[in-house]
Amino acid sequence: MIGQLIFIIILVAAIYLFSKNVAKIRRNILLGKDTDRSDQPAKRWRIMAKVALGQTKMVKRPVAAVMHFFIYVGFVIINLEVMEIMIDGIFGSHRVFSKPLGSLYGLLIGSFEILAVLVLTSCVVFLIRRNIIHLKRFSGVEMTEWPKSDANYILCIEILLMSAFLTMNAADYKLQALHFGEYIKAGNFPVSSLIAPLLPGSAHALVITERVCWWFHICGILAFLNYLPYSKHFHILLAFPNVYYSNLNLKGKFTNMPSVTNEVKAMLDPSFTPPAPADGEVSRFGAKDVTDLTWKNLMEAYTCTECGRCTSVCPANITGKLLSPRKIMMDTRDRITEVGKNIDLNGKDHDDGKTLLDTYITREEIWACTTCNACVEACPVNINPLEIITELRRYAVMEEAQSPASLNNMFGNMENNGAPWKYSQADRFNWAENK
Amino acid sequence: MEEINPEVSGKSEIEKSKSEIFKVPTMAELIAEGKEPEILFWVGCAGSFDERAQKITRDICKILQHVGISYAVLGTEESCTGDPAKRAGNEFLFQMQAMTNIEVLNGYNIKKIVTGCPHCFNTIKNEYPGLGGTYEVIHHTQLIQQLIDEGKLKAEGGESFKGKRITYHDPCYLGRGNNVYEAPRKALEILDTELIEMKRCKSNGLCCGAGGAQMFKEAEKGNKEINDERIDEVISINATVVAAACPFCMTMLTDGVKHRDKEDEIKVLDIAEITVRANGL
Repeated sequence: MIGQLIFIIILVAAIYLFSKNVAKIRRNILLGKDTDRSDQPAKRWRIMAKVALGQTKMVKRPVAAVMHFFIYVGFVIINLEVMEIMIDGIFGSHRVFSKPLGSLYGLLIGSFEILAVLVLTSCVVFLIRRNIIHLKRFSGVEMTEWPKSDANYILCIEILLMSAFLTMNAADYKLQALHFGEYIKAGNFPVSSLIAPLLPGSAHALVITERVCWWFHICGILAFLNYLPYSKHFHILLAFPNVYYSNLNLKGKFTNMPSVTNEVKAMLDPSFTPPAPADGEVSRFGAKDVTDLTWKNLMEAYTCTECGRCTSVCPANITGKLLSPRKIMMDTRDRITEVGKNIDLNGKDHDDGKTLLDTYITREEIWACTTCNACVEACPVNINPLEIITELRRYAVMEEAQSPASLNNMFGNMENNGAPWKYSQADRFNWAENK
Repeated sequence: MEEINPEVSGKSEIEKSKSEIFKVPTMAELIAEGKEPEILFWVGCAGSFDERAQKITRDICKILQHVGISYAVLGTEESCTGDPAKRAGNEFLFQMQAMTNIEVLNGYNIKKIVTGCPHCFNTIKNEYPGLGGTYEVIHHTQLIQQLIDEGKLKAEGGESFKGKRITYHDPCYLGRGNNVYEAPRKALEILDTELIEMKRCKSNGLCCGAGGAQMFKEAEKGNKEINDERIDEVISINATVVAAACPFCMTMLTDGVKHRDKEDEIKVLDIAEITVRANGL
C-alpha cells in the first residue's frame, strides 16, 4: 500500500515537472517570428513517416544507422513494458498483462529482452566510438565538456536501465522456478535466464533484487524523462514535429523577404504605397538575435542532437575554417535558453546586452559559408543551419552595412553595371563577336 | 584562365568554317522583325564577361544552332540575376535586380528560358516567381539531355573521348539545390568512355568553394582551399577530365588543377564543351 502511494507521488511529480519544462521550451520556441508551415498536410505526414519514423536519412552512415535503429526500436517497443510497470506500480499488481495476453505475453517479454541486449550493445559501441576511437565527427570547437558529457550520460543511463530491466527479469525467472509467492509463471526469458545463475539462490535475496531493479528501472526512466529538456536527447520527441514542419521547397530556393519587396516596389514606382505591417511592429531586416529568427529555426535548435553530420560535410569546416553548422544550431539553442531564463528572472523586456550574432556566432563564421546546402542535406531530421546563417548575413548587410570589403565592391558593381565584376554593361554582348 | 587542349584545338581548325556563320540573335532584333523565339538563352554575367565562360556560352549557341532551335539572347539588356547579392544577404539589391529583369523578360513575353549557369537557373526558376516572373526555366545540361533523348544530339562526328577517364563535379545549385543529377551525366554517358564517380558526388557532392558569393571574396582563414580539396579528390580517382556545369565551378576547378600542377594531366571542361567536341560542332 505504501509502495503504491510512493509510486503514485513519484509518477505525478515526474510528469508535472516534465510538463513544466516542456511548456517552457514551447514558450521559448514561440518567441520566434511567425512562419507558415501548415500547407500540404498530406505531404508533410508522408515526409514525417519517411524521414522521422523510417529514418531514411540515417542510412548514409550504415554503422551508425543500424546501431541507432536498435536503440530507437528498443526505446519505442520497450515502452510497452513500461506501461505494464506503471499499471503494476499504481495498482500493486505483478505482471498484470501476463494473464490477458497469454502466450503472446511470453513472446513480447522475450522480444523485449533481445531488444534490450541490442540496445545495450549499441550503447557500448557508441561509447567506444566517442571515448576510445575518438571519431572525428564528435569533436570540434563546439564540442566542449557539457555536450560531450551529455552524450555519455545518455548512453550510460540507457545501459543502466537495460541492465536493471534484464536483472529484474532474471530474478523474476528464478523466483518463478521456485514457485515463490506472487511470482507466477509468466513470460519468456531468453536472455535473463542466462544471467540468472549469477544471482543469489535464496528467495528472500531474489525478491529484494527483483524489487530494487524494478524501482530503479522505473525511477530511472522517470528521471531520464526529466533529463530530456536539458539535453540534446530531446530530439527523441522533437524529431517528429520538426520533420513534419520541414521546408518543402527546393533547397536552392531562399525566401524572398516581403518587407524588402514593399520597399523595392516603392523605390521603383513612387505611386506604390506599401501596406502597413500586419502586427504594427517594425521588425529589423535579418537576424541579430534569436528572437529575430522564426519559430521553426528555434524548434530546429532544440531538435538538434549534435551528431555532427552537417559539420563533417561542410566544405568550410573540412578545410579548417571556423564555421561549423552544428555550432550554429548549438549556439542558437544556448542563446534561446538564455533568453528564456532572462524572461523568467527579469520579465519580458530585459536586455542582457548579449546577441546571437557576435556574442555567440562570429562574423568570421557566417562569411565562411558557401551556401552549398550540404549541411541541410546531411541532417537526418531536416534541420537547416543555412537559413540561420543567411538571416545573420542579412542583418549584417542590410542593417549594419557590415560586409567584407570585397563583397561591398561586388554590390557596387552590380548596382552600377548590372554585373558583380567591374565590366561595363555596354560590353556584355562582346562575347558574340570575338570567336 | 583560358584552357587549350592542343589536340582538340588542332582538330577544330577544320571546323572553323562552321563558326564563320556564327550569328547570335537578340530579342530586340527578333521582335523588330516580328518574330518570337522558342527559347531565351540567359547567358549570365560569367558567361558574358569571363573569358573561359564566354567559350562555353558560344558552345551553347552552337548547340542551339546545330539542332535548329529558334532562340535569342538579351544582349546588353541582360543584367545580373542578383544571385550573389541574395546569398550574401543583400536582399535589397537582389530584389532590385530581380524586378528590373522581370520587367524586361515580361516585356518580351518570355515563356521559356535556358541558362548557362546553375545560379541564374536557380534564381530565375525558384525566386523570380514570387516577384512576378514565372517562366519555364531549364539549365543547359537539361536542354542537352532533352536533345539526346529526342535523338537530335549524339556523340558522333567529333572528337573521341576514348581512353579518357571522365568524372563529373555536381554544382550545388544544380544538384542539391534543384535535384538535377542525371541530366549532365546523360551527356557524359553517351561518350565512348567510362564515367567515374567521385566519392562525394550527387547529393553528397562537395562544393567547389565559390557559392554563397565566395566567388567575389577571399576565403576565411583555414588550412586548405576548398577547390584544392576537390581537385585532390579528382586526382585520387585518376580522372583525366573533370566535367563541370557551372562557370564558377569552372574557375575554381581550373585554379585547383593549376595549384596542384596537373594542367597537363587533368582538363576541366563544361558539359556543353564536351557535347560540342563530341559532335564536332
